[in-house]
Amino acid sequence: MDKLDAKIPQGPLAEKWTNYKAHQNLVNPANKRKLDIIVVGTGLAGASAAASFGELGFNVKAFGIHDSPRRAHSIAAQGGINAAKNYPNDGDSVYRLFYDTIKGGDYRAREANVYRLAEVSNAIIDQCVAQGVPFAREYGGLLDNRSFGGAQVSRTFYARGQTGQQLLLGAYSALSKEIAKGSVKMITRSEMLDLVVVDGRARGIITRDLITGKIERHAAHAVVLATGGYGNVFFLSTNAMTSNGSAAWKAYKKGAFFGNPSFTQIHPTCIPVHGDFQSKLTLMSESLRNDGRIWVPKSKEDAEKIQKGTLNPTDLPEEKRDYYLERRYPAFGNLVPRDVASRAAKERCDAGYGVGSTGLAVYLDFEDAIKRLGRHVIEARYGNLFQMYEKIVDENPYETPMMIYPAVHYTMGGIWVDYELQSTIPGLFVAGEANFSDHGANRLGASALMQGLSDGYFVLPYTIQNYLADQISVAHVGTDSPEFDAAEKSVKEVIDKLLAVKGTDTVDTYHRRLGMIMWNLVGMGRTGEKLKKAIVEIQELRASFWKNVKIPGKNEMVNMELEKALRMTDYLELGELMARDGLLREESCGGHFREEHQTPEGEAMRDDENFSFVGAWEYTGENKEPKLNKEPLHFEFVEVKQRNYK
Amino acid sequence: MDLTLKIWRQPSTDEKGKFVDYQVQDISADASFLEMLDVLNEQLVVNDEDPVAFDHDCREGICGACSLYINGRPHGPDKGITTCQMHMRRFKDGETIVIEPWRAKPFPVIKDLMVDRTAFDEIIRAGGYISVGTGGMPDANAIPIPKRDADIAMDAASCIGCGACVAACKNASAMLFVAAKVSQFAMLPQGKVEARERVQNMVSKMDELGFGNCSNTYACEAECPKEISVSHIARMNREFFSSKLISEKEK
Amino acid sequence: MSKSLSYSSITKKIVLSLAGLFLISFLVVHLLINMLILFDDNRELFNAAAHFMATNPLIQVFQYVLFFGFILHIVLGLIIQIQNWLARPVRYNRKGYSELSYFSKFMIHTGAIIFIFLIIHFANFFVIAKFGHIDPITYDSGNTYEDLGLLIIKLFEDGIYVIFYVISILLLGFHLDHGFQSAFQSLGINHSRYTPFIKTFGTLFSAVITLGFISIPLVIYFF
Repeated sequence: MDKLDAKIPQGPLAEKWTNYKAHQNLVNPANKRKLDIIVVGTGLAGASAAASFGELGFNVKAFGIHDSPRRAHSIAAQGGINAAKNYPNDGDSVYRLFYDTIKGGDYRAREANVYRLAEVSNAIIDQCVAQGVPFAREYGGLLDNRSFGGAQVSRTFYARGQTGQQLLLGAYSALSKEIAKGSVKMITRSEMLDLVVVDGRARGIITRDLITGKIERHAAHAVVLATGGYGNVFFLSTNAMTSNGSAAWKAYKKGAFFGNPSFTQIHPTCIPVHGDFQSKLTLMSESLRNDGRIWVPKSKEDAEKIQKGTLNPTDLPEEKRDYYLERRYPAFGNLVPRDVASRAAKERCDAGYGVGSTGLAVYLDFEDAIKRLGRHVIEARYGNLFQMYEKIVDENPYETPMMIYPAVHYTMGGIWVDYELQSTIPGLFVAGEANFSDHGANRLGASALMQGLSDGYFVLPYTIQNYLADQISVAHVGTDSPEFDAAEKSVKEVIDKLLAVKGTDTVDTYHRRLGMIMWNLVGMGRTGEKLKKAIVEIQELRASFWKNVKIPGKNEMVNMELEKALRMTDYLELGELMARDGLLREESCGGHFREEHQTPEGEAMRDDENFSFVGAWEYTGENKEPKLNKEPLHFEFVEVKQRNYK
Repeated sequence: MDLTLKIWRQPSTDEKGKFVDYQVQDISADASFLEMLDVLNEQLVVNDEDPVAFDHDCREGICGACSLYINGRPHGPDKGITTCQMHMRRFKDGETIVIEPWRAKPFPVIKDLMVDRTAFDEIIRAGGYISVGTGGMPDANAIPIPKRDADIAMDAASCIGCGACVAACKNASAMLFVAAKVSQFAMLPQGKVEARERVQNMVSKMDELGFGNCSNTYACEAECPKEISVSHIARMNREFFSSKLISEKEK
Repeated sequence: MSKSLSYSSITKKIVLSLAGLFLISFLVVHLLINMLILFDDNRELFNAAAHFMATNPLIQVFQYVLFFGFILHIVLGLIIQIQNWLARPVRYNRKGYSELSYFSKFMIHTGAIIFIFLIIHFANFFVIAKFGHIDPITYDSGNTYEDLGLLIIKLFEDGIYVIFYVISILLLGFHLDHGFQSAFQSLGINHSRYTPFIKTFGTLFSAVITLGFISIPLVIYFF
């Protein structure tokens, strides 16, 4: 238990970060040159961290699996980034952003971290504007805001439907500047396959060059993981094809605790599944809920007719439509948080009111908005999204309502970190979606970008110095140590073992099977029964994988099947831990919904008495049950209430 | 639908490549082009053949990884989208589809349809940024920017760095890519400070890497998945011209 | 040559466009003078103008500028083209398809044919006028000029030469059509308000120049 010291600074909430910065240890410029930092992952969090470390004068090595840092999946975030600027003068403040985030996360996040996130949010916007990020502006030349789910103020800054892209390009340009300067060395198309821990400290990584297959060693004084989330464990998700949980999983197996692995966000507005050939799901920005109204037919008969294609949704009169979010949550209406909207959609579809040929879809209708604002306004706001929808579904959303259904989008869980974003392995820092820290059991829209950049630009550059300050006497870490030898050997063994299986089934068939187990049993509606079943099924699937998987070719080449297989071995273990975590948590909170624990109206029922803690799992060895450690959550500054969006 | 695919296969940069014909059956019209290739690859793996390597990632048209030259056009026959956003309903049953990698000297083939586009990163490193460090920035609203200027900057900034402009250009010129970045910063007050050095450094890096010269055929604009306008190239030319005229001679 | 290779791509394009636009201005003067041949039967106007062009000292100086312009335009065009070929060592199996102006892709080809035409044109007229002998003709006004006009008329009575001339000028027209607006783009002049005008003007201008030059041999041959 003593390992889980969150290191929350003393003092009132609003002064904690200031106090921390005032008293932390720093590294002087001459010493920074002597210190090496490895950053794995160059999305928003990784690129911004690597660039900031480089500016400070550290020697940085940054690693990415893509050909360029600009391709990281942060780029796909559409809607926007939150900040407590209160430019619209609608009553926003740092406290309110903090409060909304804590509440949105269903009181399963650490107060101090979330407050710091809200506190630095404004500096992020300033930083990005200075970098040339072309945020949307009003005619007066000032920045425009829009509203997002879970908030009653407009605090979301955006750049058309491409906010993530523009912020990532900002971070990428900062990173490029440092690479040009020589302070950051960028290693692309390289995947981390293990973490090296020497004398209890994170000292390096083992990577595989994705072009040549070469296994390489890299050493440093500290390692930062910014490798994103593990939503792809579900096979179908809005994540990119190569987004994966392997780096985090390797860190877990080397001793870093895994926090709240079951906390998964299912995003309500995605394009429904429509065939078994499908490789991924496409998200439609949450911003659509600003103007779109969500409904299903009031009667099952109408729903069935629509499913069969005999009734056109536009022909269904107003009084026969059930705008269920507006009905159930009059205060927030269509802008309830994501977990609530997703669950409500699932509830309607499970009850037989779903639309589309599969019955697994609800309508997102812009008819009213087009009538009220005119088609050109809707086109200006969402044109690219509508075009994207039309390309995929082959229907014109200006004329027929869009069909949407929830899909796996984000993982709030991740490597457990303390206030300094340091894991339980000293010297291993984790940033962005890869850590568990700020979103509790549910993330609010437009907060992921905020957190990634907050960690990278404004938190890690401070906190990592507090660690490195006592490392200045350590000379450049070498890679010739028994620990590096062992790590490299084990990586090579896994590769050889995989290639030697020579079975019959492709990696993707296994991934699809795992995805089905996860979606059906560890998805939106979980029960103790289902989760237990999931654990058994995943174990069986894992055994089958190691007997039957088929990987062509060899290691020393571009071998995408091998890459996928290596990630798959981790998903097959991670999935089980997710189920275990979900099983343990006998309550419903945020994205974690246990059907046994709901109010009579079907809302999530938290159990603060017994579950107001972070579940931090500790690896105990191959095929052994992991150990649960609890970090109790203390709410000193907010009153813990049942969430109410009615 | 059943299709014949004529795909460029090349084991590595230094080895010779050739076209190989493949058959795929029962492809759904709702599948995306890359999902169709997934089906092919699954088939190849099952038959103990080497799957076709191609770059892809987000599959929603924003990461810029996918890069196929399909039937003589980068990102295939539709305007304004990437390969991953193109669906098979765009093709006819029984059709033969020729799939080639991007062709340009600065984009060597790594394997099959996968090319090395780090030349683009090198161009950005030559000046595609505003040299500010982290922290200590003035308030985001301190400098108002006319909405029109911000919108033009955003048009330019929407570049996904896929390289379709280079692939489409008969000269393998990277002008649209470079111009998009130069233009984005030229439209913003924050970018003005380094505007002169930026345009000169980025253009000379582009030339050094061996991209061709622009001859204003505008194929880049026609094939750009984000439909970035060649007016940005004109803006870059203007910026370049005036920076050359105004800036002091290098020592 | 090596120096000009080291100039940046945009510098080369800018110089190429400036040279091109300058050559266009020469075309206008050339056409206006040529047209004179159609306005009287005894070619006095034309020969007078030709005489002026051949003797005026300012024009003589300008002639070198013009030569320089031609050479610059041709050499730069070639360098640019060679670099462009080198930029794609492995060609596509399927030819690139573009919805845009067809001839924009063939500037080097039309340019090459125009260059060949230019050499023949030079041999036919300029070299003879400058170094050869042309019979003088004395007009009623008392002025005596070398009868360059007669040389033209004789040449244009040869059908094959007329066909060659007409085709070359047509290609020149296509070269101009793309080149005109392209020059403005290279110079950085692209504006939602003016570019459509520039493009339309360029096309009309190219048509006028082409039709103007073509009309002369056709009139002479057929009438």
